[in-house]
Amino acid sequence: MENKRMGKRTIKLVNSPSIINTATIVGPKEGDGPLREYFDIILEDDLWEQESWEKCEKKMQEEAIRLVLTKANLTENEIDYLFSGDLLNQIISSAYAARQISIPFFGLYGACSTMSESLSLGAMLIDGGFANNIICSTSSHFSTAERQYRFPLEYGSQRPFSSQWTVTGCGASLLSSSGEGPYINYVTTGKVIDPGINDVNNMGAAMAPAAVDTIMQHFKDTGFNPDDYDMILTGDLGAVGKSVLLDIMDSQGYDLSKVYDDCGMKIFDNLRQDVHAGASGCGCSASVFNGYIYSELKSRNIDKLLLVSTGALHSSTSTLQGETIPGIAHAVSISNFKN
Amino acid sequence: MEYIRAFIVGGLICVVGQIILDTTRLTTGHILVMFVTSGVILTAVGLYEPLMKFGGAGASVPITGFGYSLCKGVMEGVDKKGFIGAFTGGTEATAGGIAASIIFGYIMSIIFTPKTKS
Repeated sequence: MENKRMGKRTIKLVNSPSIINTATIVGPKEGDGPLREYFDIILEDDLWEQESWEKCEKKMQEEAIRLVLTKANLTENEIDYLFSGDLLNQIISSAYAARQISIPFFGLYGACSTMSESLSLGAMLIDGGFANNIICSTSSHFSTAERQYRFPLEYGSQRPFSSQWTVTGCGASLLSSSGEGPYINYVTTGKVIDPGINDVNNMGAAMAPAAVDTIMQHFKDTGFNPDDYDMILTGDLGAVGKSVLLDIMDSQGYDLSKVYDDCGMKIFDNLRQDVHAGASGCGCSASVFNGYIYSELKSRNIDKLLLVSTGALHSSTSTLQGETIPGIAHAVSISNFKN
Repeated sequence: MEYIRAFIVGGLICVVGQIILDTTRLTTGHILVMFVTSGVILTAVGLYEPLMKFGGAGASVPITGFGYSLCKGVMEGVDKKGFIGAFTGGTEATAGGIAASIIFGYIMSIIFTPKTKS
């Protein structure tokens, strides 16, 4: 059997799984940000006629999956697997959305790294010949995350300046064994790295070392360097994590300043929208990638992208017990050219 | 004049909370507990009583004032009932506040639904 492994942690996908379509749904605050024109649906309020924010988040996932099917002119029966995840306990947004849709379901928890985690697994399954069409979907919702991880909304607590704003958003990608691209060519899987930070209001710094580790491993395994990419995009490091990442990469001899950006710094106008250190959440890299970046790939403004969604693998219980925050980052290399 | 004194005392108590929130990693929950406990301790050592007399509602309305009522209640309970008063006095003195917060909280939760932050 052909070995597709490269180096320690990278896989070269030789059968070019293609991202044939995407769908995005975002909340009103995201829809007021600089990327507004790239989203398919912008909600007028963050309840979307539902009784609770949790039900709204579920509806966002369900509708994003239906929308990507409609855009690709496919039906549920033609999809082999659904990979999805979110931030809520027992990933209820994903499971309850999958309840409404008749597609075999793999639930994932990678916190905010779930977008590139699901793209990694989906692409590998297609490349291995185990599926023809796969949907990868993730969501987050400011109000559901806020009351699960921090404080009840009614409490009205102040947010410190290092804190990030959880994106209300959902993105779904449809992967296929045949298509015109963009193609997922390489997958580098992240290790859990814990720099020992236990401040939930400083998650960017907690996740940055994991992103550095995955990006450097990707370069070592593939022989690429930053100049091989038009863009290297992390998930939600925010202002603090972004500068930590650039500093560490620089000290390791990689100058990323020309190609590097972070989804958490793109979706909001940080000053005007008062989000402090930027955005976070599964929906951050999901909506930025499936909206803005996918459009840039299609219009060839970006030909080669390294998407590195970053996750903080703590829970509200571990935080209360004073545990530190483990970080993870998964990289998928996406290109308009086949391998 | 009474209003100004209340404004100054209440404002200063809040400034202390804001400084703690901005310069440390303590959360609002930590500060809430610290303030109730500080109210109790300051009353026990006799420092909060003069503040109450000077600032009025400026000292009684912040959560430190709840600590003051707890502590005063315990002292009065001990005077009236002896040892058992140490356990009953605090809750007796604050029963009005506790019951009001539960009842009004309940009513508000029926009338209104929570809104997200902006």
